[in-house]
Amino acid sequence: MLLKLVKQDLGYDRGPVLRGVSLGIEAGDRIALVGESGAGKSTLLAAIQARLRDRAALVPQNPGLVASLSVFHNVYMGRLNRHPSWYNLLNLAWPRQRETAAIRPLVARLGLQDKLFERAGELSGGQQQRVGVCRALHQGGELVLGDEPVSAVDSHQARTVLDALHEQFGTVVLAMHDVELALRYATRIVGLKDGVIALDRRNTGLKVSDLDFLYRDRDAPRS
Amino acid sequence: MPPAAETSSGLRPRYSRAVWVSFLFIAIAAACLPFADLSISTLDPWTEMERMLWGVLTPDFLAVSNLGTAILQTVAFALVGVALAAVSGFVMAQFFHLRLVRLLCAVARAIHEIFWALIFLQMFGLSPLTGVLAIAIPYAGICAKVYAETLEEAPPAALKVLPAGVSTLSTFFFVRLPDAWVHIKNYTLYRFECGLRSSAVLGFVGLPTLGYYLETAFSEGNYSEAAALLMIFYVLIATLRVWAKPRLLGLYLVVAPFLLSGSSQIRLDNVLRFLGEDIVPAPLRDANLLDAGTWSGLADWLGMLLADQALPGIVATVLLTQIALVATAFLSLAFFPLISEKFFGRFGRTLGHIFLVVLRSTPEFILVYIFLQLWGPSMLPAVVALALHNGAIIGHLLGRYSDEIRLRPDSPVGINRYAFEIVPRMYGQFLAFLFYRWEVIMRETAILGVLGIATLGFYIDSAIADIRLDRAMLLIFITALLNIGIDSLSRLIRDRLRLSTRVESCRG
Repeated sequence: MLLKLVKQDLGYDRGPVLRGVSLGIEAGDRIALVGESGAGKSTLLAAIQARLRDRAALVPQNPGLVASLSVFHNVYMGRLNRHPSWYNLLNLAWPRQRETAAIRPLVARLGLQDKLFERAGELSGGQQQRVGVCRALHQGGELVLGDEPVSAVDSHQARTVLDALHEQFGTVVLAMHDVELALRYATRIVGLKDGVIALDRRNTGLKVSDLDFLYRDRDAPRS
Repeated sequence: MPPAAETSSGLRPRYSRAVWVSFLFIAIAAACLPFADLSISTLDPWTEMERMLWGVLTPDFLAVSNLGTAILQTVAFALVGVALAAVSGFVMAQFFHLRLVRLLCAVARAIHEIFWALIFLQMFGLSPLTGVLAIAIPYAGICAKVYAETLEEAPPAALKVLPAGVSTLSTFFFVRLPDAWVHIKNYTLYRFECGLRSSAVLGFVGLPTLGYYLETAFSEGNYSEAAALLMIFYVLIATLRVWAKPRLLGLYLVVAPFLLSGSSQIRLDNVLRFLGEDIVPAPLRDANLLDAGTWSGLADWLGMLLADQALPGIVATVLLTQIALVATAFLSLAFFPLISEKFFGRFGRTLGHIFLVVLRSTPEFILVYIFLQLWGPSMLPAVVALALHNGAIIGHLLGRYSDEIRLRPDSPVGINRYAFEIVPRMYGQFLAFLFYRWEVIMRETAILGVLGIATLGFYIDSAIADIRLDRAMLLIFITALLNIGIDSLSRLIRDRLRLSTRVESCRG
């Protein structure tokens, strides 16, 4: 088991956003966190991240790029900890053949091959998001934590991104706003509603309609 | 003026905090006015002004035999001084979290470059080292602070996604430095522009830069020559972005140290005498430290110095600063439309730009010097010169800022546009610029004493003339404390009013 939370209150200084959270993550889990925006998906991800910091690659909602560095450098940053500092600085000034050869296919897979040496700050929001995903892919490791990793890309690219993430990482925890995509990729669905985990089930035979209750106000059914 | 959100009543018209603060500062300046000497003491200012204007209309570029030398020396001192400051400032920025480093930087920049020059003159004489250090030390202090603040703004999200165990060095070069680099470069270029002004002014204390030749020309009443010198200086600053490209600067920098002229001899015994003897308070020199009389002598010395010199100096400095600050505020609000797309067409704006560039590029010290020739020694030349120079700087920034405001197609024009659409939207920015300039105005006010206005610099200059360096050092230290105090007060007010600005070029 990678992580086990037992009846934890999670949140920020202002008080808990999620109450009494019990959640275990096993190696090999492919978890989709679903629920209305504001339900606490990001809070839960942040809590998981704080506990697995050293082992997880991150795809935050704000892709966390350095705007004035190239796509190559932003992706390279996923492995800054694997090389000595002098080698990193060498690559900052003159990218090594070995590193570009490793990064080029990743970038190409997500459709950014002609952007490799463009400044990240000059890319569109969707392109930036894909650069963030490339960095996580390059970093690798046993699991990936993603907060809406496909929120800014079209549906075709979304599938490419999710395919890549699920191939690269044994364990995947993604907050998703697209329920259909969540059901297609995840082996386990964790649903949040009203500050608690309202659903935690294997994704066998689940239908979109089974998750509708997460998005419905008690008093005012959504039309 | 953002409406204050905390009070609930929307039934009566009321002023925001920013406006109340403005009223307060205007009231303080008004209260200072009766105590300030604003008289004109020259017998015939108009004739003199006529002669000066005639000089401006007939600049004589051939009269200045040393024109080339003056310009070359001015640029060389600025270049070497600012380069040293940038490098050491960058290093110190890495240690800016240490209280000691912050304190040293605060003191370094609270002391005006002319005061530094006066100190180093005692140690090194008119050696090039005096001019270089006089620029490098205060500039290193301000560079360290601005660089550190810029580096602080590293994208937090990018720091968060770094894998665990990345070395500090890699983090610095991959995450902290890249986005900050362009700001650091721009700020350093701006510093170089300031360095040119400082270098020119250092001529007034004897270094072979522009100010030296300017003072000579003025004292001989040779206004055509003075006008030529100033015009060359304006062209130099206006074309800065053309000739000061980063690559070229590297080249200049290799050559510049060899161009610096001055007496090359530094006598070690002068340095040692200054440090070991001259700056030791007189009652302590060669005295028996165990004798109670020594210490009561020191107390008398301190009391005399504080009551007779420091106190009147501080009062005059603060009076002048507050009046000049408010005058600056009014002038900058009057100046900015001159270069704003919202008010003038291309032709009008070009004239406005020339007007503001001239006022901005003339060091306030030189402006004061010119007005002093016209009106004689009083606070009037200082107030007018400080307000014109600083008003032009803030007016320029506000003008550029106003161009970014998007107005609806049917918005009013003219004075209504000014009062209802533009000024309210910029008021916070305006106050931020002004409060950043506050400390600069005070530092400048103190130094004007060198020209005979009774601010702190006057007492410092007199003490140095009497070779009482112990007194001079104490007064310089008090001046620095006053500056640091104003700087903290300004930050407090900015924080309270939630004013901030990314534009670094109004700073220090």
